[in-house]
Amino acid sequence: MQINVAVNDRAHVLEVAPHALLLDVLRDVLDLKGAKRSCDTQVCGACTVLVDGLAVSACTYLAVEADGRSVLTVEGLADGESLDPLQRAFLDAGAVQCGFCTSGMLLTARALLRENPAPTREDVLHYLRGSLCRCTGYRKIVEAVLAAAETAR
Amino acid sequence: MSARPLRVVGRPVPRVDGLEKVTGRARYVTDLVLPGMAHAKVLRSPYAHARVRRVDVARAGARPGVFAALSSADLTWCEPYFGPAFRDRPVLAIDVARHEGEPVAAVAAVDEATAEEALELIAVDYEPLPWAITLEEALGPGAPLVHTGEPLSGHFADLATLRPQPGTNVCHRFHFERGDAVTALAGADLVVEDTYRFPPVQHYALEPHAVLAAWDETGALTLWASTQNPYSVRVELAKMFGVPLARIRVIVPHLGGGFGSKTYAKLEPLAAALARAAGRPVRLAASVPEAFQTVRRCAARVTTRVGFRRDGTLVAVECAADYDVGAYADIGPRVVQKATYTATGPYRVPHVRLDARAVYTNTTPGGAFRGFGVPQLAWALESLFDVAAGRLDRDPVDLRRQNFLAHGEEFAPGDTPIDGKLEESLGRAAEAIGWTRAGAADRGRGVAAMLKASLAPSVSEAIVRLHTDGSVSVLASAVEMGQGTRTVLAQIAAEVLSLPLARVTVVQPDTAVTPYDQTTSSSRSTAMTGRAVQLAAEDVRDQLLRVVAEALGVAARDLALEDGAVVAPARRLTYTEVLVLRFGMSGGELIGRGVIAPGRTAAPLGGSTPFWEMAVGAAEVSVDEETGAVRIERYVSVADVGRAINPLLLEGQDEGGVVQGLGHTLLEEMLYQDGHLLNGTLLVYRVPRADDAPPELECHFVENADGSGPFGAKGAGEGSLIPVSPAVANALARLTGVRLRDLPLTPERVWRALRARGR
Repeated sequence: MQINVAVNDRAHVLEVAPHALLLDVLRDVLDLKGAKRSCDTQVCGACTVLVDGLAVSACTYLAVEADGRSVLTVEGLADGESLDPLQRAFLDAGAVQCGFCTSGMLLTARALLRENPAPTREDVLHYLRGSLCRCTGYRKIVEAVLAAAETAR
Repeated sequence: MSARPLRVVGRPVPRVDGLEKVTGRARYVTDLVLPGMAHAKVLRSPYAHARVRRVDVARAGARPGVFAALSSADLTWCEPYFGPAFRDRPVLAIDVARHEGEPVAAVAAVDEATAEEALELIAVDYEPLPWAITLEEALGPGAPLVHTGEPLSGHFADLATLRPQPGTNVCHRFHFERGDAVTALAGADLVVEDTYRFPPVQHYALEPHAVLAAWDETGALTLWASTQNPYSVRVELAKMFGVPLARIRVIVPHLGGGFGSKTYAKLEPLAAALARAAGRPVRLAASVPEAFQTVRRCAARVTTRVGFRRDGTLVAVECAADYDVGAYADIGPRVVQKATYTATGPYRVPHVRLDARAVYTNTTPGGAFRGFGVPQLAWALESLFDVAAGRLDRDPVDLRRQNFLAHGEEFAPGDTPIDGKLEESLGRAAEAIGWTRAGAADRGRGVAAMLKASLAPSVSEAIVRLHTDGSVSVLASAVEMGQGTRTVLAQIAAEVLSLPLARVTVVQPDTAVTPYDQTTSSSRSTAMTGRAVQLAAEDVRDQLLRVVAEALGVAARDLALEDGAVVAPARRLTYTEVLVLRFGMSGGELIGRGVIAPGRTAAPLGGSTPFWEMAVGAAEVSVDEETGAVRIERYVSVADVGRAINPLLLEGQDEGGVVQGLGHTLLEEMLYQDGHLLNGTLLVYRVPRADDAPPELECHFVENADGSGPFGAKGAGEGSLIPVSPAVANALARLTGVRLRDLPLTPERVWRALRARGR
């Protein structure tokens, strides 16, 4: 099937199988390796990307569903060399360790801040329930999201 | 040279690999693609224990798009067994499958879907056998034997002393004695004793095990592997495939977490065999459910007796620990031996009697997991410490303080004297949690301490290269798996060579390029690899000084390094200028070498620990009496680290350790029923989420620069995890009067205990 999809503001016309997953199309067809595969069951959030601004698990999202939509991956977060406030905050707060959850965390947080530019700590904790990290203990990730929200305001 | 203040070491600098990670550019094994690469899938045993009568891969091999289909019958050209302790683990099951999920056959095909479809064409004739899942089943009379023959000794000489007990499921026994514990306990004023259980838990590194293997036209093998110890993997593969070490290259990209799960060979032998058979590169990437079937933490049943005098003095500890190491030994026997050696924790105990057994069961192999067997024992000892405090009417903090080993005191004859100040850690933890202040009525507080040895003896080597533009390459094989070793090694080199951090690049581990390092585990990289990097950088520094001293005719002691230059009393030469002096042209480089190899000693385990890892945890908990749900409201961890090379990264490590410890304390357990793992997926296996973490979490460090590592550092990263369970259980006991002995402290267990107390 043919789909028209904008990925990180670049238009693509792609031929995809009806059962192709968005994660595989991003990683294998478009060579965008930032979204990661871990649990494969919509639990861990490592594959999170934004579709029309909403966070989705690319591991269980059909590529054809993205037809006519706009996808943002971690590769599209920075504006050229200028990092997104979330990326900056993650670096400064020490919210990155192994990095495998990082792209999903960043995009989930981006969706949160779009929805709610002034989240409380509880809002952040609630929003991150679908994003697992086994390295950091989460505290620095939460701090980073709050700090980025502060910067963006 | 006089000591100058540190510029880079000790600073909370952001990690050097941070930018590539926040932009999605960091590369992990499954992000790599080679031309012609095939994809592998593994057929796994559905039975806990079964005779494998026949495996027919012919139809799978004939399927279009399949490059190779293997069963153990196809592996006659190599040594088909591997394993660090014993070579008891076949690449693919030979005659018997010993745990659910054991690889039985494997396929490499043009893509994953084709490989998956080909698995369905493989015919296996199984004859189910009686199984032993629990320790009780494995140790009982007439227990089914997981292994019937004598296991082959492993590839590692330092594990040659392992003692399997033929005719039983015990694959190693460890006994350690000092003084006369039996008599001392008989004469003690108070003896507390109980049996504590620790569940099998899964590491869940977000990145499951992955390998990309390729043989080249000369018969050399290259692997990109998610491994914590490329050099151990190299040894195993060299022996299995009969290839010289120099022709096996193990390259380690970023790891998506490790926590011990990626120590020693796991899927690398199978990937290499498939690549050889397929005649092309093969990627073998496990799923998360497959990771559950690859390795886990050793479950344990620990019975400990602790004897005290009336005045609170500890007189004796007796401990009998059985560890469930699963179907294959992996590094389990060393987990058992090394942990049990420190079963007495950070205390002065004159009379000690320790017995431990590593027990085979028909479950996922148990191996290394952050803490390396110590969490299981600390769960028992630190819980009993509070039980004793109650019986002696003593404050648990005071009772611990009274019995702590002092700085410089002997732990065991021949081993390293205690190199930290536990009383300082405990004091800071108690103060931070507000131990002496009255707390809210619905909150309880508890403390626990830990002590752990690092791997000994062990070897680390490093090379530091100073290039003509004054930039530096650090070659070392410590694996970056999130803990920040790349940043810490860069800081050490930058400090010694007086350069900004940005001028230092740490090369990714590659056994063809970066020198030997035994393993990235046991909290050893900062102390051991870091010390080797420090020595290598000092070697370069000394060469710089020598060149300038000779050229200017001054004494080296009158020279110093400052901001990328050698400073003489009246001159200042940049490193570039020094290299031109040395080589007479713009070319060449200074190469420094550092080696840490302490060798064997008279210590009981054959090597003296390079440092003692010591930490204290303090928890404040609440409990919902209606549901039994325990919540850690506040947690304080204090680790004695000697020196925090990077306080930001260290804090992150210890915060993560606390929350990982929270996992096995409150949530996690691999549950088996009828021989099957019930919860081997993330849908049903609950690891801590953001909203599970303690709302208030503080990690502090005691820094007395008293470690043997660079700048007085010791290892860290495991210490924060170990006290979590007993600190929480002690807090719960002080709050509710209920003492639990089985982890995790699930709502159901707590609720039942609360109900039982009420009656």
